[in-house]
Parts: sequence; structure tokens; C-alpha cells
Amino acid sequence: MNTPAKEFLRSAAAKSADLAHRSTIRTGIDHYEAAVTRTGARFLDWEAARQRCQAIKWEAINHLDKYLLEFESRVQDRGGHVFWAETAADARGYVSELAARKNVRTVVKSKSMVSEEIDLRQDLEKQGVKVFETDLGELIVQLRDEPPYHLMTPAMHLTRTEIANLFQEKYGGVESNDPQHLVDIARRALRDAFFSAEMGITGANFLVADSGIVALTTNEGNGRLGSSLPRIHVVVTGIEKVIPRMEDLAVLWPTLARSAVGQSIACYNTLIGGPRNANEPDGPEEFHVVLLDNGRSELLADAEQREVLHCIRCGACLNVCPVFRKIGGHSYGTVYGGPIGSVLMPHLGGLNKFQHLSFASSLCGACTSACPVKIDLHHHLLQNRRNAVESAERPFSERLAFKLWRWMMMGPMRFAILGGAARASLRAAHALGLEGTRLDPMRPWTKTHAPPAIPDKSFRAQWRTIAKK
Amino acid sequence: MKRVALFIPCFVDQLEPKTGIDMARVLQRIGYAIDFPEAQTCCGQPGFNSGYWREARALAERYIAIFRDADFVVCPSGSCTTMVRVFYKDLLEGAAREAASNLSSRVFEFSEFLVKVAKITDVGADFPHRVTYHDACHALRELHLREEPRELLRHVKNLELVEMPYSEECCGFGGTFSTKFPMISAAMGETKAANAGAANVEYVTSTDPSCLMHIDGILRSRKSPVRTIHLASILAQRELPNENRSQSVMTQTSQ
Repeated sequence: MNTPAKEFLRSAAAKSADLAHRSTIRTGIDHYEAAVTRTGARFLDWEAARQRCQAIKWEAINHLDKYLLEFESRVQDRGGHVFWAETAADARGYVSELAARKNVRTVVKSKSMVSEEIDLRQDLEKQGVKVFETDLGELIVQLRDEPPYHLMTPAMHLTRTEIANLFQEKYGGVESNDPQHLVDIARRALRDAFFSAEMGITGANFLVADSGIVALTTNEGNGRLGSSLPRIHVVVTGIEKVIPRMEDLAVLWPTLARSAVGQSIACYNTLIGGPRNANEPDGPEEFHVVLLDNGRSELLADAEQREVLHCIRCGACLNVCPVFRKIGGHSYGTVYGGPIGSVLMPHLGGLNKFQHLSFASSLCGACTSACPVKIDLHHHLLQNRRNAVESAERPFSERLAFKLWRWMMMGPMRFAILGGAARASLRAAHALGLEGTRLDPMRPWTKTHAPPAIPDKSFRAQWRTIAKK
Repeated sequence: MKRVALFIPCFVDQLEPKTGIDMARVLQRIGYAIDFPEAQTCCGQPGFNSGYWREARALAERYIAIFRDADFVVCPSGSCTTMVRVFYKDLLEGAAREAASNLSSRVFEFSEFLVKVAKITDVGADFPHRVTYHDACHALRELHLREEPRELLRHVKNLELVEMPYSEECCGFGGTFSTKFPMISAAMGETKAANAGAANVEYVTSTDPSCLMHIDGILRSRKSPVRTIHLASILAQRELPNENRSQSVMTQTSQ
């Protein structure tokens, strides 16, 4: 087995047994679910909204070439720059080179999973640029020097007391764990950075093709400040974020807000069109959009899983996932965690390396039910498993076991005889008091479960007696 | 007389035969003649779920050949029903796929068959206990059965149906998932067991014997007094004279 799989097993086992973690996450998710239920009532027809969002994203993804070029030309018309980055290194290189060329010392960054995907902050820091995460959750995990726990709520795993202690250690002056007080401390710490930064980096929630507009959603206003105060604004985003028309936002915005955090609409929805015009008093002097491919166009070529590109990164599938709730966001060891990450990572990072994530699911389907753009997530996990068996490394013992399984199940006599023998051996093992020990044939089941009573006769044997009467 | 063919999942045959017997009894009681095609073994789901589609395909084709002429196929598992009804279409191609889709409209999960096909919600059962229903994932999200099992339980005499918190959250069984990732599976099972405990019930019931076997193993290993029972076994339970009542519960909990 490969290393990420081993690391996953180790971390998932540890987190699954961590009851404090389980309770922190449950509290967070309970708040989320209550808010989602509340705001759901404000949709006349939630299912219709999902279908509409699905249709919009389908149209965009299936005409990606057309809409991306349209977006690019409108941005260029207003004096913005568009850079097509085929790989993470290309994207990173473009931004780092730009920062160096423009003598950028300080960067304020709002939340962007694509920037995590390409390790942008680390790359800029390597060349001596100070990078401030300005989303509160991202700031917290930056201060802890750890990756975001969740693609929408990066500090979900922390209690406010833990955050208060962290702020006291890093900033001082913490008087209580009151959320407003903690926000005030972060705000003071970030204010200077906003005014001194030469470059603001943001992600994009949507790229509107018909108007060449970047739609940016935040709840803290940090994206708006970071995109308007510094003299250079850089948007780093994936090619799948494009949507055809401005009016599509009418349904995408509230659907995103509900699925992400249970709001009717997010607090700050900003539309950004390009650099400052000659007659405008503020805004950046330069505007760059980095469009990242990094494996996405290969996913586009996969007809079975193309719709994975519909994802609007709301995080709903993580929140409802019972596996995520147990193992936590960091166990995945990937930029994108939870069900969407398990589906996506084999495409972005290689099937062999990330196939284990597709097996680490009970296939309950809660993710698919929650997805606002109706991605068939748990069925894609099944396809990844099939792909893994067809073209990746699986244990020899497993391959052999399924060959034997097929052989046994192809003959009802074989099945009845071998099944009877297995039951007899289980009963014998349990009679000898081996249950739960290393010699128990039912281990690892009996490691975590009381052993089931093993029936003397199978259904088919019992039915024969009943049917004769 | 109307006939139904029993689809007895492989692990029900070997590990939970009582569930199959009880389902057959209920179907007989409401007037169906029962066939049990003895050639049946496994629908192929373990292989399909583990990525071994080639091996699963052979079993799916075999399954279709065995059941293709049945008027109705009834199964005491939402999960195995889902395999035939939903996943055969993904697994198979060409003529086999055609045959699968032809058969799929005649394959039913047990509670679904009673409520939607036989149109019966009261099968004359009596079960004087406090019970909660666990929504098995495949029954809920693939077959969209939320109300059918509850409707049947509401009509059981003397049964008190209580909703547990998070009844729709997965119990963590997930087939081979439970052996590949036992610590995650058990943690999910613990949450389910705790929720059943919070509902202060005597029994957890469900459409799926695999979920119940998992939940039962967790409950008993954590010394919980809550027991599991398949929906079919509740519905098979008739009213008994008072002195036999406690005995009846004993037969329910032992195999």
C-alpha cells in the first residue's frame, strides 16, 4: 500500500476515537443543519433551485471553451490580464513572478481553495513576501500553521476557547472567548496589512462569461477590501468556475449561501470587472485572472465523471458526511476533503495515490442528497473503485478473494456447503472461547462488535423443511 | 393466487435466516403463494461495491436468469433490492442491461412491496414494545422509502414508535467498508447506538439486516440494553396470551 493510504488509516483511526473532536464537530454541524433547515423554508422550491443550478453548470461545463474565451475577451477589453495556467507550477510561477516584478512585499489573501491547491502562500513566503490570510478561519489555521480543515469552514475543528488561547499567544490582549471580541482582535491585526499590501489575492466563486465579471462571495468583507485597496488584484481560480450569464447568479448565490452556511444570501457579494478606470477614484491599478487547469480538462474528457466539475465548493457534502464527521478534515491529507475530495483527488493527484479515499465510504449517499448542483457523488466513488481495480494497485489477496467469491457464488451447492462449513467453524471457534481473540475467524469484526449468534441452519435448509409441510 | 418469489440475500441465508422465514410468513398470511428459487446465491453487490465489476457482472446475469419470469420478487433488504434495481443498470451493458431494466420494475423491498403493491399497512401484527426505526441508506436514498416502513410499524398493535435523533444518519456498516475501515465504521455505529439509547427504546428496527447486525454488535459490546429486530420479524409477531409474552420476546432476541 502507498504512503498516503497508510497515513490516512493512521489518522482516521485516531480521530475516530477522539470523542472531544467528535463533539466539537457535532456542535458545529448541528448549528449548520438548523440554519440550512431554516433558510430552506425561504426557497419556494429547493429541488427546482438545485435543478436550475445543475442545468446552468451543465451548460457551462459542456461549453467550457466558448464561455472561457468569452470571459477572457471581456476581461481583456477592460484592461485586465488573463493567464491560462496548465499546471499548479505555472499558476504559482505567474503570481510569484508578478509579485517579484512589482516589488510586492505584502499580500492580503482572501479564502481560495485553488491557492491551497497550488501552494501559493508557501511559494510567495519562500521569496520573502509577507502573506496575510484575511478570512478569519483561514487566519486561524495560518496562525496554527496547519491546512484548512474544511473547504468552507477552515477552523471548524476548533472551539472558541482554543481560538482565544491562540490569539493570546500570537497577538495578546485577549480578555474573553467572546466571538465578537476575538473578531475585533483579528480585525485590528489585519487592518494594517490591508493598508500596506501591494497585492490582494482572491479566489472566485463564479466567472460570469457574458460580462467578464468575477463574482466573489465572503461573509467578512475581506474579499472586497483585498480586491480594492491594494494596487494589484490577482484572482486565482479553476477553469470550471465559469457560468454563462449574469442572471444565473440570481439562483446560484442563494443556493451557494444556503448550502455553504445556511444563509439566505451571503453578507458580501462582490462583482469585479477589472482594474480602476481613469475616471474612478479607487480600485486596483492592475487586475489579473489566473485560470487553473491542473487536471481539470482531463476530467472534462471523462464523460462518466465530467459533472464533478459542476462543484461550487460549498462544502455541504462534507457537513452531511458521517465519515467526515468521524475522521475530520485533516485525515484526508488532501486539499479537497470529504466526499467531493474523495471523488476529485484521483483525477487531480492520481488514481493510485488517492484511490483509498474512494473506498473509505459507506456509500450512504448523504452527500449526493445534499449537493446543490446534484453531483452523483457516491456513485462516482463506486466508479473510482472500479477504475482502481481495473488500473491501479490492489492487494493480491483481495483480487484472489473476489475470484473465489465469484466461483463460490456461481454454484448454489458450493455456496450452501461452504457457507455451512464457515458457520460450523465460527460456532466451533466461539465455543472454544476464541471470539474477539486473534484466532477468531471473524476478526476484525469482533474487535469492535460483540459476535453475532451463528444460526445452526441456513434459510434454504429451513425453507426445505417448511415447504415440505 | 398471486405468487411472489423470495429474494433471500446471501448473508440472510447464512446468518439471518429468521428474517427470511418471518418475511415469508407475513407474505403467506396476507395471501401470497411463495416461491423460493433455490438456485439463487448472491446478487453481486459485495463485488460491485469493491470495484470488482467483472466478477459482479457474472452474478448479476445469473440472478436475472433465475428471477426473470417471476411476477414479483420481494427482498428483506433495501440494499440488495437497490443492487438489482439501481446498480444493475450501471453494471451491465447491451442485452443484459435490457433484461435488468425489464426485471427491475418487479423487484421490491419488503415494506415497499406491502405498502405499494399489496396495498396493506396492517398485517395483523402485535408487538408490545417501544421501537425506533433506523433509516437504512439504500432504502432511504436509493429507493426513497421513508414512510413505508413507518406506516407499517404504526399499524402494529401495542407498538410504540419513537423517532430517534438523526435517524437518517448512516450506521456505518457499508459492507466491506466495515472490514476495510473498522475504526470509522465502529465510530459511526457508536453514534447510531447512542442515538437509539437516547430514544429510550427497547428495539431498533430497520429494513436492512446488515445494518441491524452491525448495530446489534455495537450495542451488545457496549452493554446497551437496546436490541435489534428486523421489520419482518416485528410484522410476523402475532398477539399472544399474556403468560407467553415474555417468552415471545426471548425468541425475538435469540437466533
